[in-house]
Amino acid sequence: MKLWRKPLDQDRVVVPHGEIHLILERCKGCQLCVTYCPRSVLEMSNLFNAKGYHPPQVGFPGRCVACGLCAMLCPEFAIYVVEV
Amino acid sequence: MAEELTNLLISEHHPMDSLLRQDRLPHIWCSGCGLGTVLTCFVSALQKLELDLNKVVIVSGIGCTGRAAGYLNLDGFHTTHGRAIPFATGLKLGNPELKVVVISGDGDLMAIGGNHFIHAARRNMDLTVLCVNNFNYGMTSGQVGPTTPTDARTSTSPYGNAEHPFNVPYLAAATGATYVARWTALHVRRLERSLIEAMNKRGFSLVEVISPCPTYYGRWNKMGDALEQMKQYHDHSIIRHRTDPAEADISLGGEIIVGRFVDEDKPTFCDLQREAVQ
Amino acid sequence: MNDNGILQGDFFIDGDTACAEAAICAGCRFFGGYPITPATEIAERMARRLPQVGGTYIQMEDEIASIAAVLGASWAGQRAMTATSGPGFSLMMENLGLGIITETPCVLVNVQRAGPSTGMPTLAGQGDMMQARWGSHGPYEIIALAPSSPQELFDLTIRAFNLAERYRTPVLVMTDEAVGHMTERVVIPPSEEIKHYPRRKPQVPPSDGYLPYNPDPDGVPPMACAGEGYRIHVTGLTHNEKGYPATVSVETQRKLVERLIRKIRDNRDDIVELHEDQVQGADVVVVAYGISARTAARPVRVAREMGLKVGLLKLVTVWPFAENRIQELASQVKAFVVPEINMGQIALEVERCAGGKAQTILVPHAGGGLHDPDDVLEAIMRVSRWNREPETQNSKPET
Repeated sequence: MKLWRKPLDQDRVVVPHGEIHLILERCKGCQLCVTYCPRSVLEMSNLFNAKGYHPPQVGFPGRCVACGLCAMLCPEFAIYVVEV
Repeated sequence: MAEELTNLLISEHHPMDSLLRQDRLPHIWCSGCGLGTVLTCFVSALQKLELDLNKVVIVSGIGCTGRAAGYLNLDGFHTTHGRAIPFATGLKLGNPELKVVVISGDGDLMAIGGNHFIHAARRNMDLTVLCVNNFNYGMTSGQVGPTTPTDARTSTSPYGNAEHPFNVPYLAAATGATYVARWTALHVRRLERSLIEAMNKRGFSLVEVISPCPTYYGRWNKMGDALEQMKQYHDHSIIRHRTDPAEADISLGGEIIVGRFVDEDKPTFCDLQREAVQ
Repeated sequence: MNDNGILQGDFFIDGDTACAEAAICAGCRFFGGYPITPATEIAERMARRLPQVGGTYIQMEDEIASIAAVLGASWAGQRAMTATSGPGFSLMMENLGLGIITETPCVLVNVQRAGPSTGMPTLAGQGDMMQARWGSHGPYEIIALAPSSPQELFDLTIRAFNLAERYRTPVLVMTDEAVGHMTERVVIPPSEEIKHYPRRKPQVPPSDGYLPYNPDPDGVPPMACAGEGYRIHVTGLTHNEKGYPATVSVETQRKLVERLIRKIRDNRDDIVELHEDQVQGADVVVVAYGISARTAARPVRVAREMGLKVGLLKLVTVWPFAENRIQELASQVKAFVVPEINMGQIALEVERCAGGKAQTILVPHAGGGLHDPDDVLEAIMRVSRWNREPETQNSKPET
């Protein structure tokens, strides 16, 4: 992350990291998680689930800060993040 | 195929599952419909509230939103069209220990149930009403409704809607609601917070959520796909807390004023009845 | 009045008041209503009395809301009722159906007035009897009781609450303006003598495997209410034993509808109450209910004094219909005479059950008053004459 000035507590703050879980067959491929991830962690995959929807996949795993917005936006209870 | 998705862990269960009727998922709502997101926010709010979940009751009417009661692992009542609020009134008065939440759509609450809505607000009945407004009747495939903006097209207003819509927060505030807020389905954090505030409120609280119906309303009005519609509502929204809800009319393609409009305290029906009898 | 606020003793009160007091004796602690002549006195009495016994009265915005609130209160664990008349009864038909499919015990009193529409608000009618049976859409079975005096309105209101719990269904008390506004002696027995059928509760603790619509052997499922930890789902859609919608399963629909009907139809012996007066061996039986059973008493007596063999069969329970008894009698009597304050409703049922074995003669009244006893007597005499002179049976009755 680029910063225009160095925060005073930068040494003490640990940026959390998240691990993304997907319940594949609940996904309806709406793309909300991919579109609104503030860190652009997710991308759409070319694969299909059993219902014929494209689920998301993680394009940039290192970027996830476990904010949980994807889980809040997901209309299907299909995605969530575990902080690691 | 699952293992081909990169860097994802495939799971069977979701942290919100204990509050969901998993055996009924996936729900019936279309891909990109705002209802699922609203339900997620509601569950998230419940997880943060310190309520005895055995005492939380969900009452729904009929319509797409009316199905919400059926997906939550709480006592749930899926009633007749428009009658969720009077049914909820009976539940609350029959057992005042219950926390009764009505989750229903704009057509159900504002048209066929409009009379019940204003009277419950007038009485300050201790209920929380979550009104999901998608500007049309989605379940019956997109007809004009009481909140459809003037000029908007639907299957029964093919030349453009010739009616003035209800401004839901204004109606609620004018008829006596003690908590009134409006958000779009994309304001997830703010919506969650409003739901917590509304459920903590003693009295009639209303949260309206502007939600996309990509399958019907969005298509009739050329709003693009679900994502674009969701984005459009969000982009057109202006957060103005404490604004006079009279100014929060919604026009076709116009701005959507969101925020917490009303938050006040006054005695509920039960308070006044108890006082009167004693 | 007892310490617990419940009345006991002899009273000179009108039918509506007796109905309200009966509800309180029966444990009713919730009333949701809307004023309507001639049922208003029930709401007024409940508004005054319920707070004295720890209950809740609420005047809703209309009759649709009234019955919706009653259903809600029942699911909150209360015994609940509403009272109305024709126009309000029409509005309640929608949620009466919800009460039936969700199996919600409650009591709905209809103090009938003359219709159609606004009709004659202050005058008696019995024109809602078929609406009581078929007024809500779809196939179902209903329980309806018809009192003919304030005392009977008292007794049957209590019975209605017990039947509602016993069979988990809305029960209708189909009274009328004449009974509702009639002031007579009403005896209210001591509380301990009043029978209560308690709500049937699940015998298992809350668990994932709990099935809210899994019936006991008699077809009635035990009822878990909101807030008891069972996390029930209740819907007006066709549902399976779990309570979940099964809106495209024809088999689930068949099973549900058959059970809803059979739990009442198979228990007709328990539900159907008839009062018979010299019916055995009669040539003519007058079949009547409600206030018309009372007006029929005099012509029946006069006819007997004239030497005619006339019986009086009072339908205390109108729905489910006393099919078996009418069928049985049809092969023994020559004719049924049915006086009712409408243009022929229950007479159709009598005629159907008689199956051509006995004549059915309707004595109609368009509403707004009670039968002239002479009209009923004339019908009795006419059919009695047919019996003695069979050749005149097909001729037009004299006027």
